[in-house]
Amino acid sequence: MTFRLGVDVGGTFTDLLLVNESSGKTYMAKVPSTPEDSSIGVLNGVARICDESGVDPKEISKVMHGTTVATNAVLTRKGAKVGLVTTKGYRQVLQVARSFCPGGLGGWVSYVKAPLMAPLELTIEADERMGADGESVSALDVGALKRDLEALKATGEVEALTICLLNSYVNSAHEHDARKVAESIFTDIPISLSSDVVPEMQEYERTETTVVNSYVRPQVSTYVDNLQSSLEERMGGEVSLAILRSDGGLASGRASGESPVNLLLSGPAGGVAGAIYFCQRGGFDNILTFDMGGTSTDVALIQNGEARIRRETRVSDVTVRAPSVDVRTVGAGGGSIAFVPELTKALRVGPESAGADPGPAAYMKGGDKPTVCDANVVLGYLPSDVKLGGAMTIDRVAAEKAVQTIADAVGISLMEAAEGIIKIVNEAMLGALRLVSVEQGYDPRDFALVGFGGAGPLHANALGVLSGSWPVIVPPGPGVLCAYGDATTKVTDEASRTYVTRVDEISSDEFIAALKELRQKASESFAADGFSEDDLDVQYQADIRYAGQAFQLSLNVTEDQLSSEGLAVLTNEFDKQHEQLFTFAHGKDHEIVMIRAVVKARSSLQADLDEVGAEKSNLDDAIIHDTKFYYEGAWYDASIFERHKLGVGTEVPGPAIVQEMDSTTLILPGHVATVDKVGNLLINPA
Amino acid sequence: MTAKIVETNDTPFKLIDVDTVTVDIIENSLRNVREEMDAVLFRTAMSPGIREQGDCFPMVANRDGKMVVGQFGSFIHGFLEAYDDEIEEGDIILTNDPYMCNGAVSHLPDWIVLVPIFKDGRHMAWSAMFGHMSDNGGMVPGSIPIKAETIYQEGIRIPPTKLYKKGELQQDILELILHNVRTSEWNRFDLNALVASCRTAGKRCVEIAERFGDDTFYSTMQIMLDRNLEAMRAIINMIVPEEPQYFEDYVCDDGVGKGPYKIACKLWREGDVAIFDFEGTDPQAKSSINFYMNEEMFKMFFGSFTINLFDPGILFNDGFYELVDVRIPEGSLLKPKFPAALSGRTHALGRIFDVMGGVLGQGAPDAMNAAGFSDSPHLFYSGYDKNGEWFQLFQIGFGGVPGRPVGDGPDGHSLWPGFTNVPNEFIEAYFPLRIVKYEPIADSGGAGLHRGGNGLSVAYQFLVDGQIAIHDERWLTYPWGVRGGEPGMRSTKRLVRADGTEEWLPAKCDDVDVKEGDVLYFNTWGGGGWGDPLDRDPALVLTDINRGLVSIDGAKRYGVVVSDGQVDDAATETLREEIRSTRKDEGLFSFGGTIEEIKARSLEETHLPAPVSPNG
Repeated sequence: MTFRLGVDVGGTFTDLLLVNESSGKTYMAKVPSTPEDSSIGVLNGVARICDESGVDPKEISKVMHGTTVATNAVLTRKGAKVGLVTTKGYRQVLQVARSFCPGGLGGWVSYVKAPLMAPLELTIEADERMGADGESVSALDVGALKRDLEALKATGEVEALTICLLNSYVNSAHEHDARKVAESIFTDIPISLSSDVVPEMQEYERTETTVVNSYVRPQVSTYVDNLQSSLEERMGGEVSLAILRSDGGLASGRASGESPVNLLLSGPAGGVAGAIYFCQRGGFDNILTFDMGGTSTDVALIQNGEARIRRETRVSDVTVRAPSVDVRTVGAGGGSIAFVPELTKALRVGPESAGADPGPAAYMKGGDKPTVCDANVVLGYLPSDVKLGGAMTIDRVAAEKAVQTIADAVGISLMEAAEGIIKIVNEAMLGALRLVSVEQGYDPRDFALVGFGGAGPLHANALGVLSGSWPVIVPPGPGVLCAYGDATTKVTDEASRTYVTRVDEISSDEFIAALKELRQKASESFAADGFSEDDLDVQYQADIRYAGQAFQLSLNVTEDQLSSEGLAVLTNEFDKQHEQLFTFAHGKDHEIVMIRAVVKARSSLQADLDEVGAEKSNLDDAIIHDTKFYYEGAWYDASIFERHKLGVGTEVPGPAIVQEMDSTTLILPGHVATVDKVGNLLINPA
Repeated sequence: MTAKIVETNDTPFKLIDVDTVTVDIIENSLRNVREEMDAVLFRTAMSPGIREQGDCFPMVANRDGKMVVGQFGSFIHGFLEAYDDEIEEGDIILTNDPYMCNGAVSHLPDWIVLVPIFKDGRHMAWSAMFGHMSDNGGMVPGSIPIKAETIYQEGIRIPPTKLYKKGELQQDILELILHNVRTSEWNRFDLNALVASCRTAGKRCVEIAERFGDDTFYSTMQIMLDRNLEAMRAIINMIVPEEPQYFEDYVCDDGVGKGPYKIACKLWREGDVAIFDFEGTDPQAKSSINFYMNEEMFKMFFGSFTINLFDPGILFNDGFYELVDVRIPEGSLLKPKFPAALSGRTHALGRIFDVMGGVLGQGAPDAMNAAGFSDSPHLFYSGYDKNGEWFQLFQIGFGGVPGRPVGDGPDGHSLWPGFTNVPNEFIEAYFPLRIVKYEPIADSGGAGLHRGGNGLSVAYQFLVDGQIAIHDERWLTYPWGVRGGEPGMRSTKRLVRADGTEEWLPAKCDDVDVKEGDVLYFNTWGGGGWGDPLDRDPALVLTDINRGLVSIDGAKRYGVVVSDGQVDDAATETLREEIRSTRKDEGLFSFGGTIEEIKARSLEETHLPAPVSPNG
């Protein structure tokens, strides 16, 4: 028997899911995260889950891992000291940062720029110039670069080096020349070339992306190497470690160590992957995901079982050109703090959050500000008399006291204030859902809504009412869904390059040849990791726009389509989608901006995960006890049910609360939840 | 009002009570509408000016035309008074004429689209957006001719015109307009994008009204306006003293030999009302630097700047206009008489922000900033490339953000909301030029406890023969420092010909021939310094030196002596003492001398002769 292990390291908990690859049977464990070295938490978890399941660690052949190591390095600004080599005249490319001051009119007054990830003290210029047409204007001055790199090395500060030269997206020869010089001087630190990491036009974005890659690279490499060797100690030398990338694919440990910039959204991508896994098996291919945590909420749109991928990744105020699942984040979560500004007397919620420390008032860990969580407690959605899976005690009196401050400031009752807070935070999340649906030309009513994360199932039903997305789905283990996602995705790699060519200037044969070249490049990492060509599926993509336009669409295309229909297969589809989005199409002057090949390895998972009792349950047997909650100005009597006692086909009429290890699902009056065949709770209007 | 809005449903809207939470939710939804308007425009527009630089501004207004969401204030009231026709559902109005919309747009290249929003036959709200078009026809590529003496020379004038009638595009009118501009395809796309953006806003407003009820939507807009009124009442009482404050600043020249032009402003409070009086401002110019300033727009500038200091979270709107009285003398630089040329108005518009900072700062010195990059200087380069195809490049310059209470000003940044540079690789790929240098100029930011941001030096190497035009400022007067901070360095334009000869170009010029291989060094100005530079931590000065932002010589302005890469503490102490004992107290502002002194030094320091006073 072989097993695979999904591991998700979050800020507070490390979640593990052990899967029997032939039977689909699963085991779950939750252990505290160890932020100082998250591999310790992972190993603790491995010990725990093997102990509890009786599985011999040596039977685990694959460990699939979502990690926030890269994300945290960026968020806490604790990455490597990065040295940077730019083209002469461009040393300050990051300092100028496209001249952008955020905020509206007068936003500059309060704008404080974050320190550069490659400090100017460690930035030098290379005397060379590449033309925009790919012709060298002047060759690299090797002697001068050598001298300057030696001086840079003499500072003793540089822990990773980045080389980003102008127009290298067209011709990378000068970057390669510069690397040769750099390798002779910096023999023991990683060197990243912009033409390797992101061969795309736009010097600032390319520099920033490559610098961020360098910034997180030493930490990620160390982490991955250490984890790999510790796992090998316990599981044997054959175990393979794969890391979930921001775009929802898996990369081998080795590949992720080289391009860690692709891991920045590894965490949220795991949740999306998990949601897709359960919803597809439940028969839902078009879904909106809604992952609500303590400080923020991530939403994404999934069409035909695939997440939309965007060519950009954002982590706080850092934006890089790396593909990621198109997850939009709003600063609204369970810990978001409500307040009433003096001048306007408006009720505002977030973006400030009480976080895990001091946390909501109800958690009795020193917090006294009113949070969304406190409002949920006051309204009875988070029952104070049920012990939560996280072993957290809830104090209703403290929550009421905190929310009362809002009620007093606005001049309304306690319950009105609590409902107001929930409505406003729900509205903020609706805004995010609209961003990925309505604003992209999709009608949310054509999608199901999947709520997960610590607080998602509490708000999911209300969000369904607002968005009209039915059913509302709460998958099994909504608090550990990322670990499910980690365990069920496939190894992926991709290669891309800027193409910038008018469609009417090329033949489809030339185009196919360019794509095949990328396929070759994308497959290289698979060969290095021991995959054979037969294990691989390829998908080609072209980013297309009207020449001169900023907007572009990524369209999938196959070699067969191109051979039979020619390039019109792309232009026609682009016109169609443009019209759908913006009510007009231009019909000519199409330009292909980027092309890429995405290569995926086929999955080795032989059975579906088994998460639910096969028998319809007697509802009364699942009742923990009775309670009441407040909704739309009235109190309702409701029961609290134990989720794992609800078998396939069981119906739970609202008002009701469904409780499980680390999550609480609220079913509103006038709605009913049904357990589907894979264990999802499907909430629909009754 | 003379415009008549035709409604097929005459049920009046009712003002009703709306609970706080609903107001907050609708406010949030309207904020999203504005963001979506921007998103739609950026994604569908085609010209680099709009899609990369973000030179465009959205708005949603209530039924009466008061801006509820947006940033430049509403012009609809003025427009409705001037527009003598019926407006029906499905109509979309286009105009670019400042004289026909009371200065809502301030020069012809800004095209504005206005859409009345109807629901069930009732007129419910407005959406509008304007964007800077790449070309508007007229004397020069880019349509900002310095030498124009009347607006007739600045390209096509579009009076408020129905681009769509009851939903039908008036194709003839569109083609007539586009026929008159050099970049008709860019403009066509950009205009489509403006329309798509306004329509999206219309759709969203209807959705919000459907969800909450028409009367709730209608009443909430009023409540949002009232919220701003009350907030601004408090703010005005806090920061505007009853005792008049006075400030003046200058536009350096008009491009045809006269200058500097004074913008004078006196501010005082009577009861809850702040009065800005521009009496004393110099007369209108013969060239195109006039700024036909909309009073309401000025109110908006004032409001959004002050509210940022107190509550950056508020959704800002027109509700407080009755609390501000703006007085502008007719025939002045800020209220020129028709048909004065207006296309080069960006300098006076930008300078208004410095004037506002200077006059408000005297009432609230703790919150004041130095003078900064209060302009958008530009460069035009046009001609035929090596394939014989016409090209036309419009580049906005960026510079030093001033020293501020929160800290140093960023280097080479923009003060305008949403503006970004066009990536140099993009420019090199699409235009025949190479940008050989793009970097902040060391020491150009004014010294101060908080340093002014450095100006930017951009070296354009032209790869084909063509023509350039330049619009720049602050070459003569300084971006002033405050509270002991020094002024920033001024701007220069040095053209180095392929044969090695050099010339200093004036700040404003058209039709300058350039040859393949010539290099233009376009150097913008730095921001003024904030606070006493002698109080700045020497370690920070050393850091700036190591970052190439301040030179070793420039460090002496901070009284800091650096040798062998280290701060020489003793020498620094001595130098600081010496400076302290010899300098004279400049007061709140450091202007770098009187206008007379600055003019006297002009030729020597700037390589350009001083302009002649516009008053005599």
